[in-house]
Amino acid sequence: MAARGIADSRINVVQGSRRARLTMRTIGIGYLLLLLVIPVITVFIKAFEDGAANAWETITSPEGMHAFWLTLVMVVVSVPLNTIFGVVCAIVLVRHKFRGKALINSLIDLPFAISPVVVGLALMLVFNQRDGWFGPWLADHGIRVLFSPIGMIFATVFVSMPFVVREVVPVLQEIGDDQEQAARTLGANGWQTFWRITLPSIRWGVTYGVVLSTARALGEFGAVAVVSGKISGVTETLPLYVSKQYETFNVSGAYAAAVLLALLGLATLFAMNLIERGGRKRDQAITNTGHTPGTGLSRGEETR
Amino acid sequence: MSIVVNSVTKRFGDFVALDNVNLEVRDGSLTALLGPSGSGKSTLLRVIAGLEQPDTGTVVMNGQDVTRVPVQDRGVGFCFQHYAAFKHMTVRDNVAFGLKIRKRPKAEIEKRVRELLELVHLEGFIDRYPGQLSGGQRQRMALARALAVEPKVLLLDEPFGALDAKVREELRAWLRRLHDEVHVTTIFVTHDQEEAMDVAEQIVVMNEGRIEQAGAPRELYEHPKTEFVMSFVGPVNRLGYEFVRPHDLEIGHVPKQGAIEAMIERIVHLGFEVRVELSPAEGDRLWAQLTRQQAEELELAENQIVYVRPARKKVFDENGPRTEELLPA
Amino acid sequence: MSSVGHIEAPPKRVHMPRFGGAALSRGFVITYLSVLVLIPIAALAVRSTEDGWDGFWTAVSHPMAVDAIILTILASLAVVVINAVMGTLLAWVLVRDDFPGKGILNSLIDLPFALPTIVAGLVLMALYGETGVLGIEGISFTIAGVILALLFVTLPFVIRAVQPTLMELDLEMEEAAASLGARPFTIVRRIILPNLAPAILAGSALAFARAVGEFGAVALISGNIPGKTQVAALFIYSRIESGDMSGATAVSVVLLAISVSILFGFHMINRWSTRHGR
Repeated sequence: MAARGIADSRINVVQGSRRARLTMRTIGIGYLLLLLVIPVITVFIKAFEDGAANAWETITSPEGMHAFWLTLVMVVVSVPLNTIFGVVCAIVLVRHKFRGKALINSLIDLPFAISPVVVGLALMLVFNQRDGWFGPWLADHGIRVLFSPIGMIFATVFVSMPFVVREVVPVLQEIGDDQEQAARTLGANGWQTFWRITLPSIRWGVTYGVVLSTARALGEFGAVAVVSGKISGVTETLPLYVSKQYETFNVSGAYAAAVLLALLGLATLFAMNLIERGGRKRDQAITNTGHTPGTGLSRGEETR
Repeated sequence: MSIVVNSVTKRFGDFVALDNVNLEVRDGSLTALLGPSGSGKSTLLRVIAGLEQPDTGTVVMNGQDVTRVPVQDRGVGFCFQHYAAFKHMTVRDNVAFGLKIRKRPKAEIEKRVRELLELVHLEGFIDRYPGQLSGGQRQRMALARALAVEPKVLLLDEPFGALDAKVREELRAWLRRLHDEVHVTTIFVTHDQEEAMDVAEQIVVMNEGRIEQAGAPRELYEHPKTEFVMSFVGPVNRLGYEFVRPHDLEIGHVPKQGAIEAMIERIVHLGFEVRVELSPAEGDRLWAQLTRQQAEELELAENQIVYVRPARKKVFDENGPRTEELLPA
Repeated sequence: MSSVGHIEAPPKRVHMPRFGGAALSRGFVITYLSVLVLIPIAALAVRSTEDGWDGFWTAVSHPMAVDAIILTILASLAVVVINAVMGTLLAWVLVRDDFPGKGILNSLIDLPFALPTIVAGLVLMALYGETGVLGIEGISFTIAGVILALLFVTLPFVIRAVQPTLMELDLEMEEAAASLGARPFTIVRRIILPNLAPAILAGSALAFARAVGEFGAVALISGNIPGKTQVAALFIYSRIESGDMSGATAVSVVLLAISVSILFGFHMINRWSTRHGR
């Protein structure tokens, strides 16, 4: 009741005039429409400008299908790797104390801050067969990293690495280790505690991180463009395929492939919202005690 | 400044927070709005402040209808339960805020801030941030901030609610002294009847959006008009339509006129006071409040059968509230 | 960095044999990070100094490289300023305003995170490009197009940073200010904005980092015109394609330095704002 009272009166204290409120709302919605909504809808329309046949053909051509499958391979390999790493790393960062922790903590954010092209170049310098650090040695053993799916997986894992860690760390901090200690006093060993206590309580964070990693892995362009060599039907993922179609003047084909990618993205967005809703309900149950400074930062800023 | 609230009603959706409330507050008085949570006391305070717009009714200050006057222009000082400290400002800037808004000269502001901080005993904390203060210190800072603009009315919403017991008691005494010094019309909200009786000259008891009774603390305790006031202001035993204060229960070893038989379930020694929990042959459990001396003289023991008699009781029935006293038998 | 070997469980942790052991999990994390992040970045740093300081300087001071870096920084700054203003405004609308469809609007904010960057670029081309539906001249292949693309991909940062802070903001603080005589505008300026500043700054820092390195979204819309629309990431890419590793590496190191300092700044902002209990 009291809270409702405050919520009502807040409007007359700061919100000011109705006109001010409507102006801000209009500017905000207008900005989103022009920047996001209308452009996205346009792509859907343009994809079918040259007829559905061309769109279908572009997507179902052997190169198109290969690009689609290769993209899925990127996701299927890199996301589980990053999920395992993310969970272990979050636990290490939150529950363990050791020298060098701060360094690890800042290293994890690097992939968010580094340009994908720079990532690609860095991998190139390590793995190129002529004068890379490991490239010649690997080539001698018959392993080709650059211009092959292996290098692309390296690139994808690099750029999507921080998502799970950054989603799980704040959750772990918030729940504390009381429950884990309680489980231990009840005789659970490390594994049992992890599976029965820790993992269930961080599952929303993990899932959210997985969704974000998936979105990033699906759409990675810059880093993969550099290390893949963009060989049609061999190392071409869907984003690379889109750009190739555009550059070869099959514009509506490019839009069609982009629509396919956009749909995958929208599915991700939908999943994000579902999880956010489920997760928030849970969060409210945990942190019902008023102000939790810092938690906002960890999700909104640190994670992305 | 005198305050008159005329038939104010305020709804939040389906919830009626204030239901046709009428109230008068004398100039320079110290009034407590007392009631359980959800009784509408905070809403009433916020309506007086101008933080809440009533659906119907008026608020009159010094004979002027201020119902449509925004909070900025009402000349009220408001203290929030959680202090509402400006976290990004030092104590100095917090207290100076209202004066800066009014564009007072710098030197005057500084002088006034120092005076006020002296008044609330925070002289040494002038350059601290609120985050570096304790709860009690933050509340005193909030008071100084509210007083800085020389409000004609000081409104405090559960001012001591978030503090621990000891600090709360200190601040109560301090608030009383402050009121004696500054003489500003003060209204504070509390759910603690002891706090209200300790500090206020006038208590307004509220329940379910209505005012049950307003009056001096003693009057409310001695002559409650409703069952609610009787049971909210002070401890009480209930016998059907009759209410008895625990200290008005007489215990004896022989049957007397008007006495009922009861078994002593438990005796709790609280120093000077002794509580005796009784289980009557029929009806709800009772408890009696005795002095240690009385309890010793009666040689009470647990599981003993005694005879209990209300020496003074309150009856609330269709004939209206009244007090019935028994002659010592 | 600490090696795996020396990690001994301190006495107070005797009760917790972590799953698989603390040493094992720590070793895994360190190895994973080293192989994936540390070694490639080290390779970059080493390669950039291979031709000595002069070689690095020659590559970086090449007019096209200088143009690309300046263009990138200027465009990113413009993007950050717009983001700080629009992001704060949108966060405000999403938290304090109420209207039908607000929930959908809120979900849409994350769209740029979900949409592949190449699609983002294409999407803007479809509407604003020369052959696009609106076909606004002076968008595609211009700096305006670059900024538009960067605005698209960085949209969520400031909003998502400010939103939770705004939700947690103590409303009583605003009411207290009002009771002390402050008008709405003054309350926004002196109470709300100072309290949101750390969040706005942090969100802006992340948006800046993203804008500086963005490649996919600008690849198509910019037209990659050296000196005009070729941002640093595009410059690096062109150098790689033409086999000029020294040029690519030098500018990459500059970008890397910018990223690292922003990251550092971001952590400082976070630590500072936590210390002030905001």
